[in-house]
Amino acid sequence: MTFDPTVDYPLGSRRPDLVETPSGLALDEVTLEAAQAGTLVAADVRATAATLGRQAAVARAAGRRQLADNLERAAELVGVPDDQLLEIYTALRPGRSTAVELEAWARRLDDWSAPQTAAFVREAAVAYAARGLVGG
Amino acid sequence: MADASARFASRAAKELRRELLVTPFPELGLVAANGPNDPAPELVIENGVVARMDGRAAAEFDVIDRFLVEHGLDLEVAAEAMALSDLELARMLVDVDVPRSEVVRLARGLTPAKLARVAGLLDPVELMFALKKLRARRAPANQAHVTNLKESPALLAADAAEASARGFAELETTVGVARYAPLNAISLLVGSQTARPGVMTQCAVEERRNLELAINGLVTYAETLSVYGTEQVFVDGDDTPWSKSFLGAAYASRGVKVRFTSGTGSEALMGHAQGMSMLYLEARCISIVRAAGSQGVQNGSISCVALVLSLPGGTRAILAENVIAAWLDLEVASGNDAIASHSAIRKTAKLMGQFLPGTDFVTSGYSVMPRHDNTFGGGNYDADDLDEWLTVQRDWQVDGGIEPVDETEVTRVRERAARAVQAVFAELGLPPVTDAEVEAATSGYDSADMPDRDRAADVEAADEALRRKVSGLDVALALDRRGFGDIARAVVDMQRQRVSADYLQTSAVIDAEGVVHSAVNDPNLYTGPGTGYRLEGERWETLQALPHAVDAASLGTGAGDRGAIVEVLGEAAAGTDPTEVVIAVGPAFADTIRETINGLDHGDVLAAILDGAAEAGAVPRVVRVRRVADVAFIAHDGARLSGSGIALGLQSKGTAVIHRADLQPLDNLELFGMSPLYSLESYRAMGRNAAGYALGKRVGPVPTELDNFARAKLIVRTTLLHARETRAVVKGAAPLELELVAPLSSAIQ
Repeated sequence: MTFDPTVDYPLGSRRPDLVETPSGLALDEVTLEAAQAGTLVAADVRATAATLGRQAAVARAAGRRQLADNLERAAELVGVPDDQLLEIYTALRPGRSTAVELEAWARRLDDWSAPQTAAFVREAAVAYAARGLVGG
Repeated sequence: MADASARFASRAAKELRRELLVTPFPELGLVAANGPNDPAPELVIENGVVARMDGRAAAEFDVIDRFLVEHGLDLEVAAEAMALSDLELARMLVDVDVPRSEVVRLARGLTPAKLARVAGLLDPVELMFALKKLRARRAPANQAHVTNLKESPALLAADAAEASARGFAELETTVGVARYAPLNAISLLVGSQTARPGVMTQCAVEERRNLELAINGLVTYAETLSVYGTEQVFVDGDDTPWSKSFLGAAYASRGVKVRFTSGTGSEALMGHAQGMSMLYLEARCISIVRAAGSQGVQNGSISCVALVLSLPGGTRAILAENVIAAWLDLEVASGNDAIASHSAIRKTAKLMGQFLPGTDFVTSGYSVMPRHDNTFGGGNYDADDLDEWLTVQRDWQVDGGIEPVDETEVTRVRERAARAVQAVFAELGLPPVTDAEVEAATSGYDSADMPDRDRAADVEAADEALRRKVSGLDVALALDRRGFGDIARAVVDMQRQRVSADYLQTSAVIDAEGVVHSAVNDPNLYTGPGTGYRLEGERWETLQALPHAVDAASLGTGAGDRGAIVEVLGEAAAGTDPTEVVIAVGPAFADTIRETINGLDHGDVLAAILDGAAEAGAVPRVVRVRRVADVAFIAHDGARLSGSGIALGLQSKGTAVIHRADLQPLDNLELFGMSPLYSLESYRAMGRNAAGYALGKRVGPVPTELDNFARAKLIVRTTLLHARETRAVVKGAAPLELELVAPLSSAIQ
């Protein structure tokens, strides 16, 4: 069955068939019993890029472009390691990065298949240059 | 020169006057709305690109303008929306026939100056109406603060459980000592799920730690992302719109519901308001929040509320900022958390702006514990105010998101949560929670009642818990091993919510069955009377059933199984003795009603009156008037039976009148209308005075006190007692001669 963002929300109750954990467990396998059996581990309890992508589609269908964009960036960031996430955040703070350093982060994001976030960082670099917020 | 006014001095000593009110000082941003430097709304689009916005050309755009142009403004609707006059837009906001969806569509094309200008045209009632119409989610909800000075896990869990039982949809804690974060997050998670599965929790800490807690599944939402309305303040806060927006996406990527924070007054407080008004700068903030892709905002001045309230129009500006946020289709957690005023009148007047329309979260932190344990510095409303909040909900028939729960149930969930967190700490090898802590957390008042813990051991254990990545699943397994299977399942269900991520949509809350309700699947479709969320049916029954409300049908009339107070001798005849005083009592007196409203036994009252009259030299006798319940007629009927023409009429609730046969029934010699204040001594004095009139002596009125609160306190009892008296009336029945059997007490001796 295909996904329809105008009717399939909430995914958890309307389309659990579409939701799985990063390791491929179905939503109804996220149970206490699975945790006891060791088939469900903490690192697997999180949304996949596909799920976040569907949430982005739900937001867009509801007329919330900016929230949808944000959830699409979130979907891209699923694969970015935790410590790197915080490093990118720090790099985007005012006066922390040169234009070159921001571009390097953008390239890395491209490598992580995060093109929208990469574009977001590049856009910040332009604004920071214009407003004297680049560092280095 | 006259002496200083005692009334001015009295007012100057009131709580209100501890606060400073100031005149506007626009250069410093100390102006609520319409600042001299607020730009006129403006949007010029050339070749599909924004060339000018709100008084600035593109080349002059600061980092905020740039972000709004890149991400905020929807240019496809901007031309249409900006072409509407301020007044047209303002009228649309309060027109029930213009649906929310239409005004929300237009808002996507409005600049901050336009938003502020339009909201500024609405008066307070119009703002409230607009807020009711614009709220994103159908039903309002509320958020609780759960903290304590000792960071006691048992008390955090117990308070979290009580908050959940009381219906709060979100619980927020924080830390006094940063390293406590994982322990506090665990205590909140366990406590919340003990009382009501689905309640969302957060632990407000520094971003890195916050993200760690989220990744480990110990929290589900965050609202620590602050934004500001001028570039300088934003940068001073060590962020930019891009960094904050990225952080929002980072949180969402780890399954955290994110709500930004902003509020009027922060720019002035931080010294860079640039002569612009609080409301205009807040319109910029809210525009950033939406542009950044946050689903919602905590706004309503928040921690700067007292600064905004120092200015003319401050309360109104705060409500206007809530309206702008809702208009921009954001979830609104509408402040009312930081202390707004020392004055209960003033802070509650301010609260009504959000309380009556209802917002997604009426407060962004109701302190479920006493306010001095509130480490957010919040506690505008706290544990001691709960009954008042519940009563105001009941008064207005308004859902402010808090449910009445009786003491037995509150005690039960508090204890269970404290036991559960004790079990989790034991299973996870954290420093033990003692039975004494469980007991104190269950029934104590605040953290002063909690046994001290080894705080060094706690923070070491907290560090270790982070290192070991103690997770939500670990907590669930620990609970299950110690026999708290139901709580364990609820904790796992919260983990499952992180997998489906439905709560990332606008205004999401989770019900007890685990279903997410957000603006997507449960939107506010209010279009006037008969539509939208209305407090009725089962929910209204729940919110009106306060534990201390009394069943009107069974309200006490004085327990009366001690036997007869009076004996009926037969029908009463007219007397002839000129020294006679008749004590005429009402139809229910000493019968279906057996004590006065002040709780005096009717036998004692009669004895006191008889005693007083006899002591003054009269010959008293008692009759019961049955045909009427009004005290004037009871007394007048009595006077016509009295040999002296004088009678004391006495209603069952205790109101009395001294009457004379030749007066009109509604006239009298003395009226004693303050029945709640009368003692037996008062009734004795009434008897004496009645005798004085009968014997033609000079009579000074019985001294009576005045209690202006008596009516508020007792009008319900008065009504019920009078209804009983009226029910005892027998139309046309002759008066009866009575004899006092015996007084209950010896109080008159």
